[in-house]
Amino acid sequence: MKAQSTAHRVSRTLLFHVFTAACGLLMVYPILWLAGSSLKGPSEIWRKVYSLFPEHPTLENYINGWKGFGGVSFTVYYRNSLVYTVLATAFTIVSSAVVAFGFARIRFKGKNFLFACMLVTMMIPPQILIIPQYIVFSKLGWVNTYLPLIVPRLFGQAFFIFMFVQFMRGIPLELDEAAQIDGCSRGRIFWSVHLPLMKPALFTGSIFSFYWTWNDFFAPLIYLNNPKRYTLSVALRSFSDPSGLTDWGAIFAMSFLSLIPVIVLFIAFQRFLVQGIATTGLKG
Amino acid sequence: MKKRATTSASAGRQRLDNLAGYLFISPWLFGFLALTVIPIIASIFLSFTNYDILSPPRWVGLQNFKKMFFEDPRYWKSVRATLYYALTAVPLRLIVALSVAMLLNTSRRGVALYRALFYVPSVVGDSVAVAVMWRQIFGGDGLVNAFLRLFGLPGKRLWLADPQFAIWTLILLAAWQFGSAMLIFLAGLKQIPYELYESADIDGAGPVRKFFSITIPQLTPIIFFNLVMQTINGLIVFTPALIITNGGPLDTTNFYALYLYKRGFENFQMGYASAMAWILMLVTALLTLVIFKTSSRWVFYESEVK
Repeated sequence: MKAQSTAHRVSRTLLFHVFTAACGLLMVYPILWLAGSSLKGPSEIWRKVYSLFPEHPTLENYINGWKGFGGVSFTVYYRNSLVYTVLATAFTIVSSAVVAFGFARIRFKGKNFLFACMLVTMMIPPQILIIPQYIVFSKLGWVNTYLPLIVPRLFGQAFFIFMFVQFMRGIPLELDEAAQIDGCSRGRIFWSVHLPLMKPALFTGSIFSFYWTWNDFFAPLIYLNNPKRYTLSVALRSFSDPSGLTDWGAIFAMSFLSLIPVIVLFIAFQRFLVQGIATTGLKG
Repeated sequence: MKKRATTSASAGRQRLDNLAGYLFISPWLFGFLALTVIPIIASIFLSFTNYDILSPPRWVGLQNFKKMFFEDPRYWKSVRATLYYALTAVPLRLIVALSVAMLLNTSRRGVALYRALFYVPSVVGDSVAVAVMWRQIFGGDGLVNAFLRLFGLPGKRLWLADPQFAIWTLILLAAWQFGSAMLIFLAGLKQIPYELYESADIDGAGPVRKFFSITIPQLTPIIFFNLVMQTINGLIVFTPALIITNGGPLDTTNFYALYLYKRGFENFQMGYASAMAWILMLVTALLTLVIFKTSSRWVFYESEVK
């Protein structure tokens, strides 16, 4: 009787693992397929389209793809994306933390109203802002530069401000008071008390910001017209333009290459991401 | 006398606090005024003009709205496509997310690994690279047709050129990215008091009964919140429609944000695009209002459980 129920439990566990693993593999199949196809030679790529493993793996696609188009190689696109992402993320996280301290720790007139305004801005569709913003930035002569992409990041982003405010509310007020008695200014309290304690939140925020900026497409598409200025996302779009001559092997290779930073970050830091999404309850 | 001194001291303190507070939030406040409030006001004005950036805006009154509602069949086609997309893709994504979350809501070993596998599509999903990949998957010589042929089925269909199927390739792409919703549901499932299931066991309830009488009602606030939030995001989907189908075939995937982009940034009809943006804004505001009006329920729920 007991042996039977143990056997029953084991078979249930086995069934669970087989089923879940099969579903999970199905979900990542397209990405594995992209990686596998990028290593296939030109004759193989259309022969056994579905296979994950190239019979004769070659880096030919990567070499051909890296040359890019119009005389601009992927070195440029990769560098542009990296610079944009790192700068924008640093600006966003620092400015958002400063603003969050104001909202979380200082009582000032109109705070609740402004905080509500900030939450509401998360819901505004970007389409309504982008047209007037574009007009102003183009009058300033900022089109085809990174200024319209990076300067707005100096003013904090509502999602991260909200995330940091939530986190700061968990830091005991006694710490602020003790520091104040010791004669610390607001700036000192923020810098020496809050920032060190906020490291996990700042880190999680940086990862989210990195993802969103790395994958950002709409703003670079609108503001950057010169191929030398393209980020990876805009470059990939032109590179894979269906009306042009298309070397699918090279497109696969460059697409996969653009995903690598994102995938590596995910594997390294998925614990932070899972927590971030579960606690803010917002999209990721 | 003494009392008055302290009140004036505390008033002085409050003044200092006001100053410090505004100093700290000044970056955001500046951005809020310059990049949100003023553009919104400018957008109202623009929607009543014709403007191509080069020549100064020309006041045309309600003409943009009139053209949009009564003279532009592509507008309504894009509204229909967007609603169709949002109202199928979002529920589908949430159903998949909830199913997987329930599957993973166990203490068995390896759950963390599975959770990561199911989340991977959401990590890469918004990118151009994945959109390009998707176009190839559903292309004439693509992965889907190759599989169909492998099983002896006719694998010649041009999915992306077929007005019936093209939109479904985009819906599938959205459903594939169920990871975030899955994580939120998983967190929600873990908060359901275990005693509820125990007493249901004592009453002899089966798994289906437990699902509909305990799990769903307990999760309703989370499901509802996600449904509205994701619908709002679904209304502005852009990248996959531009890359995979570019709005075609026959405008069946010419989603609102894509059509707005084409009007504004390909034809440089900034006035018309602004008018379109305002309708989008109103719909979003309406949906947001629904969240705020009902928020007392889900906020209450969270604090009660904690």
